[in-house]
Amino acid sequence: MKRHLISAADLTRDDALLVLDTAEELAHIAERPIKKLPTLRGRTVVNLFFEDSTRTRISFEAAAKRLSADVINFSAKGSSVSKGETLKDTALTLQAMGADAVVIRHGASGAPHTLANSGWLRGSVVNAGDGTHEHPTQALLDAFTMRRRLNDGKGDLEGRRITIVGDVLHSRVARSNVLLLATLGAEVTLVAPPTLLPIGVETWPCQVSYDIDSTLAKSDAVMMLRVQRERMNASYFPTEREYSRRYGLDEKRMAALPEHAIVMHPGPMNRGMEIAANVADSPRSTIVEQVTNGVSVRMAVLYLLLGGSEPAVTTTATEENAK
Amino acid sequence: MSTYLIKNAKVLGGDAQDVLISDGRIAEIGTGLAAPDATQIIEADGHVLLPGLVDLHTHLREPGREDAETVETGTRAAALGGYTAVHAMANTDPVADTAGVVEQVWRLGQESGRCDVHPVGAVTIGLNGERLAELGAMHESAANVKVFSDDGKCVHDAVIMRRALEYVKAFDGVVAQHAQEPRLTEGAQMNEGTVSGILGLRGWPAVAEEAIIARDVLLAAHVGSRLHICHVSTAGSVEIIRWAKSKGWDVTAEVTPHHLLLTDELVRSYDPVYKVNPPLRTAEDVAALREGLADGTIDAVATDHAPHPTEDKDCEWAVAAMGMLGLETALGIVQQTMVESGLLDWAGVADRMSVRPARIGRLDGHGRAIAVGEPANLVLVDPSARRTVEPSELASKSANTPYAGLELPGRVAATFLRGVPTVIDGKLA
Ligand SMILES: [Zn+2]
Repeated sequence: MKRHLISAADLTRDDALLVLDTAEELAHIAERPIKKLPTLRGRTVVNLFFEDSTRTRISFEAAAKRLSADVINFSAKGSSVSKGETLKDTALTLQAMGADAVVIRHGASGAPHTLANSGWLRGSVVNAGDGTHEHPTQALLDAFTMRRRLNDGKGDLEGRRITIVGDVLHSRVARSNVLLLATLGAEVTLVAPPTLLPIGVETWPCQVSYDIDSTLAKSDAVMMLRVQRERMNASYFPTEREYSRRYGLDEKRMAALPEHAIVMHPGPMNRGMEIAANVADSPRSTIVEQVTNGVSVRMAVLYLLLGGSEPAVTTTATEENAK
Repeated sequence: MSTYLIKNAKVLGGDAQDVLISDGRIAEIGTGLAAPDATQIIEADGHVLLPGLVDLHTHLREPGREDAETVETGTRAAALGGYTAVHAMANTDPVADTAGVVEQVWRLGQESGRCDVHPVGAVTIGLNGERLAELGAMHESAANVKVFSDDGKCVHDAVIMRRALEYVKAFDGVVAQHAQEPRLTEGAQMNEGTVSGILGLRGWPAVAEEAIIARDVLLAAHVGSRLHICHVSTAGSVEIIRWAKSKGWDVTAEVTPHHLLLTDELVRSYDPVYKVNPPLRTAEDVAALREGLADGTIDAVATDHAPHPTEDKDCEWAVAAMGMLGLETALGIVQQTMVESGLLDWAGVADRMSVRPARIGRLDGHGRAIAVGEPANLVLVDPSARRTVEPSELASKSANTPYAGLELPGRVAATFLRGVPTVIDGKLA
């Protein structure tokens, strides 16, 4: 694996499978009474969040703590981020504090890339979502969830048909998912109104459709992306009602899915907009599972970036004998 | 005033000749010229002699951003780049939208003495695109402004643009348009295309430039004015300008060195040194721009030299300033992209980097033939030299060159401004 995780494209097929397999092992820790491993004891993980995202921050925090790392939460939101010095100065501070890994969430596409490549700090950088660019650990947890539901938690996703619906243009989740799912052999179809697809999407390793109904019957999983209501004001679509009618997943559409197909959403949801409440709460929905799986996957990522060659989980590992 | 004898220089890349400079003018041209007493001899075997370069588009940053560049440091960079005249853009602080500001810049240029500085006047007050600045007063000032531009911003209102085009006809002025439809480029970070989609950076579509150029050539034709287009960056723009010229309309255009060489693939690094406006485009655009410059559709190479201090570039892409240095590398880029590719000969370089830009700016003393009696505004280039661009060695006060570490052909050996060397042996005189 590379030293940083900035883009899902940083992962080869073997890297991705290693993360997923490691996450499977680590997931079992969560079932134990003591959910903690000594693996990263003495290492410092900084959660550097320039954007509010309690869910993602808590997930990384839980992951790091279960591996016994010291966690520092650094919320830079609200401070003046208009000048780029902020990122640089913050990085230099973290370097001085001896951060082994920096988990960064930033509103600007490319900020984690800059942090990793600027020479400002030496630790590993994990992209926890940057602007409209990427969110690779979300893609990993999504793939983990699909693999569990569709493939018994083993192997890749060869031949699986995944449909991603919604605001692809502004979605870092979509970008990372397309890249990772292609690496894992899945067949991805993006569905969106043409206004919410980026120029050049035809060069991505996926299919594109404007029509959700023609794709559902052949989908193993359908992932609904959050659509921000303010997009309506910029005329990406006429009204919420029309968006929901043309691209929302309601019960009728869910019924068109194959028996085994799952419904995913990276959260936070707009119930009634891109996804009907009954769909979100249905047994096909993996939305809560995705949150649980997020911790295992992020443990795997932190372990593999920081943990060195020791196995992540030894059969006898406990707090005591690991010393 | 000293005399100089340049020996065995290839005038416009042609046969080797001796050129005697005396009293600020070219006194004699020939072979085996005798040197009068007290003449400094410059051996120029293999060197190419061109008229001093003229830049239509330079940001000298003074007044207001003296931390990035001053007239003094910018004209040093210009002289080292082979320039004898530059047009200083109006987007200073305060904006050059009054006779007072343009005269201040003009005077600073006079004091520097290394390169003529011709201030560009703003088209509208404060570059706001709403009310015409006092164009006539700027023209009548000591700065004698003939080029007007809101560069950095587009004169987007069609009525204001029409009025400006018409108004400056009274004194043979020209409006230089920064073609950027504002609504299509809100928050734009890079060329809109395959790369922007992958990087998740807001796109700056080619059509935002082309739509304004199309509108403005039609406006210029309608009111019978001349129009200049700044930093053309797309293949479509070249097509529109080619069409406008085929109609006989008085439209001219410039291209920057960086748009002749660099593409948006470089943005994959998220390195803000590649952030510029208009943005780096695709390889197809680069090819079309080179072709347009070669066939004369594009009249001039203009640097859009845009210095920025380190803190405005050593940061994440989204908050970085747009612009890159150009004066000290322009000729090398043109040699590499146009001469070594066979698209232009040295006479063509002289035409696109001196003769035509001087004509567009209506500068009488620049862009002249290399002939007896002409003012000795000259640049001597060693085309066989190669150099690696080292930002800290540049004379500019800023270091935001996208060419750091790149080996470029050619070296400016000497620059003469009205017979006085501003650069000699590749160093400031
Ligand atoms: Zn401009």
